[in-house]
Amino acid sequence: MLKERALGRHPVGMILAAPYAVYIAVIFAYPFGFAVWMSFHDYFFAAPGAIVDHPFVGLDNYKAVLTDPAVLRSFRNIGVFLIINVPLTTGLALLLAVALNKVVHARTFLRVAFYVPYVTASVAVVGVWLFLFNSDGLVNTVLGPLAPDPSWLINEYLAMPVIAVFVTWKQLGFFILLYLAALQNVPKELYESASVDGATAWNRFWSVTVPAVRPATALVVILSLITGANLFTEPYLLTGGGGPNGASASPVLVMYQRGLQQGEPDFAAAIGVLLVIGVLIVAYINRRLIERD
Amino acid sequence: MARLRHVVLFLGALAFLFPFYYMLIGSLQSSPDTSVKGAFPTSGLTLDNYKDINSRVDLVGSLINSGIFTGGVLLGTVVFGVLAGYALARLHFRGRGTLFVLVLLVQVIPFQLLLIPLYVLIVRGYGLADSYLGMILPFAINTTAVFIFRQFFLQLPDDLFAAARLDGAGELRILWSVALPLVRPALLTAVLLTFIGPWNEFLWPFLVTKQADMQPLAVSLANYISNVSARAANPFGAILAGACVLAAPAVGLFIAFQRHFVSTDLGSGVKG
Repeated sequence: MLKERALGRHPVGMILAAPYAVYIAVIFAYPFGFAVWMSFHDYFFAAPGAIVDHPFVGLDNYKAVLTDPAVLRSFRNIGVFLIINVPLTTGLALLLAVALNKVVHARTFLRVAFYVPYVTASVAVVGVWLFLFNSDGLVNTVLGPLAPDPSWLINEYLAMPVIAVFVTWKQLGFFILLYLAALQNVPKELYESASVDGATAWNRFWSVTVPAVRPATALVVILSLITGANLFTEPYLLTGGGGPNGASASPVLVMYQRGLQQGEPDFAAAIGVLLVIGVLIVAYINRRLIERD
Repeated sequence: MARLRHVVLFLGALAFLFPFYYMLIGSLQSSPDTSVKGAFPTSGLTLDNYKDINSRVDLVGSLINSGIFTGGVLLGTVVFGVLAGYALARLHFRGRGTLFVLVLLVQVIPFQLLLIPLYVLIVRGYGLADSYLGMILPFAINTTAVFIFRQFFLQLPDDLFAAARLDGAGELRILWSVALPLVRPALLTAVLLTFIGPWNEFLWPFLVTKQADMQPLAVSLANYISNVSARAANPFGAILAGACVLAAPAVGLFIAFQRHFVSTDLGSGVKG
């Protein structure tokens, strides 16, 4: 009895879950603490084996980060990214999921078509987008005189929006999948009673479907927010390292450049901590806005 | 209404698939033709670009590296992830609640925050640069898969487990011969989801591998895109050929098993 209270009814569960618990501790918990610690200390890469001091520097790293024009620019860039990506993703994913849910013919083909970008490596599809959107690419050929000058990926005002559209296209399939799952749980009676009341298809969509899938919407918004906060491959490859002049640099790209290329891991760790705080704040606001009733 | 819906969906689907079609066509053209007619060539297709990319990036070696990296993550997830999912769903032990909260938290923490400390620990601390272990460690057990496993084990009827325990079967025995056979579809879904993570991952293996002969294909192709492509005769052709090789295994697996990649399987994960 005493043993049961101390270890639970099935202490063997501890052994089965132990490898995963250790993994979380080593790969997530400890590095998380280490990142926070690093951001408050003067941390630099020393020669292997050398014993060096990493003095506590208070908020110095944060001051440096918050007054660095490249960092501030990257946070603004990610704001632009989110303003385009999040509404586009939620809107398109929900509309396509509702349409796919009712479709009878060619279901498999349609589903596969929308999911394929999600399962393909960013590095591979970035190759095609480079080909499509470069100065002499197909997109500009089709647009002819309407083609933007300078071209998409080297244009200060268009580079980030192109990345936002790219990521929307790339991730949409997964979010369609989440909405399709949520739609299976909407009670059919709600639609029936709405039909009896003479509601149009559009009315039914707004007054039945949208409120019913609200929890899924909250999830979609948070997941696309996290995708945005993690943005790296696209600015690194699609716009050649966040160009032009840092117009499409993401915070993670700046973390990589400053932390690992220029050897300022403490500075980079402070960016990381600010990024997580930002994600948590926006996620919290989003939760309050979407889940209030 | 229904007809309009089909037309819109088909146009959308074609727009989604077009870049893939264009990737394949571009990889087969001897010189890039960006006119509209060039997107629908009738002749002049060649495999030269594949030879070209293979002479600059060791395609077979890179594919093997991608395979080992992905295989290591799959093994870790299937073995330790299933054990953890089972324990979280069916066993009452001290610390279960805390562990489940961690499962949820881990899915919200942007992985890139951990980039710098993980790099310091794994590459500088443990000296695992240019090693498979170094690539695999941060992804060794896919948390989303643990979550899916747990949901599926939760849905099995309680009586099943009570009966097996009455018969005196140990927990590993119950997991192996009672629970696992019943959740086989979930296993496949989770394996597919886990596969695309490391196969497509770029940033972490890019940081860990500096030696070309250790790089997975996503990394060697990205390095080719950002460094070498300027010197090739038909850089886009070579890039697109490499892109096709990188995309083919994931897309092929997905199409072959697409009916397991369905909303109901994941739905149980989403409903929490």
